[in-house]
Amino acid sequence: ASLPGGSDCSVAFVSHVVGKACVHGRQKEILGVLVPQLTELTRSDCIWQRICWRLVEGVPDRWMEAVLLGFVQSASGADALSRLLGNVVVKNKKAQFVMTQKLLLLQYGYTTAVLQNVLGYLSLDNLRRALLIKVLQELLETWGSSSAVRHSPVEQQQYISKAILICLSHLKEPEIESCRQELLTNMMAGVKCHLDSSLPQIRRLGMIVAESLSVKINTDGPVLKFQYEEDDETRELKSLLVRAPPGRDVPSPPHDRNERADAALPGELEGAEKPQTAAQVVPDEESDAELDSDDELVPYDMSEDKELKSTKAPVYIRDCIEVLTTSDDVDKWNATIKALEGLIRKNPAATREVSVELAKILLHVEEKSCIEGFAVLRQKAQVAVLTTDPIPVAQFLTSQFYSLNYSLRQRMDILDVLVLAAQEMSSKFCGKNKQSNAQKPCIQLLPESDSSKDWRKVVDERIKSKTRRFAKGRSQAEPDSGPNEFNSVAGHFFFPLLQNFDRPLSTFDLLGEDHFVLGRLVHTLAILMYLAANAAAVTPMGKVLLEFVWALRFHIDSYVRQGLLSCISSILLSVPAAHLLEDVAELLVETRCWLADVVEKDPDGDCRRLALQNLLLMENLKKKLETAPS
Amino acid sequence: MALPPPDPEFVLRGTNAAVHTLHFSCGGQEPDFPILFSGQNGFVHVWNLKTRRVNTALDGHGRKSVYWVETMGAKDRLLSQGRDQRICLWDLTEGRTSVMDSVFTENVGFCRCSLLKVAQGRWLLAMAAKSLEEVQVLELPSKTSVCTLKPEVGAKLGMPMCLKLWQLDSGSRPWLLAGYEDGSVILWNLSMGKVSSQLVCHQEPVMSLDFDSEKAKGISGSSEKVLSIWSLNEQQNLQVHKTHELINSGISDITIRSDKKILATAGWDHRIRIFGWKKLKPLAVLDYHTSTVHCVSFSDHRNPSERLLAAGSKDHRISVWSIYAQT
Repeated sequence: ASLPGGSDCSVAFVSHVVGKACVHGRQKEILGVLVPQLTELTRSDCIWQRICWRLVEGVPDRWMEAVLLGFVQSASGADALSRLLGNVVVKNKKAQFVMTQKLLLLQYGYTTAVLQNVLGYLSLDNLRRALLIKVLQELLETWGSSSAVRHSPVEQQQYISKAILICLSHLKEPEIESCRQELLTNMMAGVKCHLDSSLPQIRRLGMIVAESLSVKINTDGPVLKFQYEEDDETRELKSLLVRAPPGRDVPSPPHDRNERADAALPGELEGAEKPQTAAQVVPDEESDAELDSDDELVPYDMSEDKELKSTKAPVYIRDCIEVLTTSDDVDKWNATIKALEGLIRKNPAATREVSVELAKILLHVEEKSCIEGFAVLRQKAQVAVLTTDPIPVAQFLTSQFYSLNYSLRQRMDILDVLVLAAQEMSSKFCGKNKQSNAQKPCIQLLPESDSSKDWRKVVDERIKSKTRRFAKGRSQAEPDSGPNEFNSVAGHFFFPLLQNFDRPLSTFDLLGEDHFVLGRLVHTLAILMYLAANAAAVTPMGKVLLEFVWALRFHIDSYVRQGLLSCISSILLSVPAAHLLEDVAELLVETRCWLADVVEKDPDGDCRRLALQNLLLMENLKKKLETAPS
Repeated sequence: MALPPPDPEFVLRGTNAAVHTLHFSCGGQEPDFPILFSGQNGFVHVWNLKTRRVNTALDGHGRKSVYWVETMGAKDRLLSQGRDQRICLWDLTEGRTSVMDSVFTENVGFCRCSLLKVAQGRWLLAMAAKSLEEVQVLELPSKTSVCTLKPEVGAKLGMPMCLKLWQLDSGSRPWLLAGYEDGSVILWNLSMGKVSSQLVCHQEPVMSLDFDSEKAKGISGSSEKVLSIWSLNEQQNLQVHKTHELINSGISDITIRSDKKILATAGWDHRIRIFGWKKLKPLAVLDYHTSTVHCVSFSDHRNPSERLLAAGSKDHRISVWSIYAQT
């Protein structure tokens, strides 16, 4: 749009047009043309800048939000935004509210680029920097609030974390100094809430933000360092801490772009060539030497070449017990731990004689020396004992689950062992490879999300297979099956776990603080229920589990809720439909209403998905019963 | 993806005793008679590699262990060294099995002799002598003493553990490399009977060594985990070139193949390791034996593709491998 220079004209009309267009949802169209041109024009021309500012400031308040959001999304960078908007955020109350509150705290659907734009914009002018600090403080308050951590969706928490990191990247030393104490307080409070959460993503977010905060706050002292798994998400988050070089505009008008690109290329090429030639000189020397080495002699695989073991492990189970309880010889102890699982499996009769004692020892044995995979070895041995002599050992383990003086880790180990043993015993029945997925020991704190993902995969598979089978009939040949050993002992695994969940002990309160263990317990019950598909006790198990779920359905921890929904899936899949309708028809109907509620209102995405699946399962069940001959 | 290591071509059984030493004789005039000599308790077995059975058993050491065998020229002249303090020369032509001559070494140690052909019909034999630290060099077949190599007083080298006579090319001066109990390797100048250079290669006794005269580079193994590679510079001084750490300690024998491309080590951890000689690149770990491998030996086949590697072990077996024979 051309404008005669020099004359004082009013852009009020244009502001109105833009405003109205944006409010009607046409931001992309109108701003898609306007913004790039304005970006260009305002690059060096102050007059155009002022015109643009007047344009934006002239937009009526009721349309301001739409216009600003449009600008923020279509601007090419923070400094472009700065040129376009000027200090409207300082001058206009509505603009301030939109940019500092609404965009950051109330909405969370925007991309990281938008966040970069907004926060970068705030940082580019001294007048606006005060707002930046205010924004950081508010973000941190939200980040650190325990109710927000517990109730807001993961995506929103990620958004806020990103915003915090970007703010940190823009703030300078003296500014951080001025509010250091508050930042520190908020950080400590926030870290605690995050680490308390049962969801691993939340914990990780908390860890990354806290680490970043600590680096900025304690520039000379020791910084906070957490251990977590690195993946794309963490790397992306950490990269936000490094400020992108300013003035990195993407030139949009075509002729400009070519010129700029041409100018950029030779510079880049030069720069790139030099290090390359330097780097090439060195490998040449090396490769010369390499060439006449024994290249023609191809090595064989030498991965089996390991240290020769000198101590032999005991050959009898009772000897193993003796070594584990009394021996001081570290080598022998190591060798015993490594050999134990194999020995247990090879000597079932001998194991059965001492099964409970062995289970007790394994539950209490602690790592004496640093052997690799101690936890794995111990768990495998425990699983072996449990599968060899299921009933007494299951009774022992489940009773210990609710006993005094065990650590949370030990209680969760008990649950893991029960699940793994159940899967192993029913594996011939289930056949497929989900066995191998779950067989990987769940030692780290993270696998609960994994197991629930596997879980979902399995349930998905089952749903699909069920619906297909209904239409086409049994087209797949049944895999070879052996007797399902789990069926006869399913009850022994399952019922004792439900006995005392509402009776708090002095060191263990499932319904109170220890909701993480409750979550694990619920997931365990879901898996056990699923594996008991053909057990004789499946119907009473289903009934009891359904009532248990009903009692806990409003639990605040989303991990627990995910587990409860998995339980429902298992019940629907395992218990024969006819029995369900016979015994718990009313509870089923009520459950269905609850599920519909969860689908609509639960803040956690996984819960909603699981609830939807359950509703589908229920539909299928209904259809099946309606069409089946009575 | 690296291939798994090969299995032995075949395994010779029937020694009923730990095998201490091996020597091939396959490069001779008769291609149909590849022979492997093995020394055990009391006997030297002559194996026919075509039929893979023992042709003859030589009983010449009063049932004491034979710990070194080597042919002197042709396959019908064999030297064997036993713990009865004797070195016997056997005449094996046309099926005979008689001891032609013997040398009484008066040495009760385990040091294997070293044989070097210096001229037509003349050999030098280095062996540990009666006195604890001495090495004696004899000329064969005359059995005259060429020199006695005594380390200086107070050197505290201990017993000589392994010997290697070598010369740069036929007709030039012969040298002797000796590895001692204290872990050092000494280069002896035979014409002067003096130490030319001494190098401490190991912290433990040197169990075995081998030397490549073309490259002036040698390798030694000991009872610890380290293989030491050393070289000889122009001033005939020994310098450590590099070391290689093994996974398990203990090497009984090292031998470099005649084409100087690979070398084999016999380990106390029951394994035979193959390395490239140029850069000591680990090439293979041959895991067959169930007890210490006492000796390894490469064959002298004229046809490269027929070349074999044999290893004798305490588990009474001799494993024969065909490895890197194509290069």
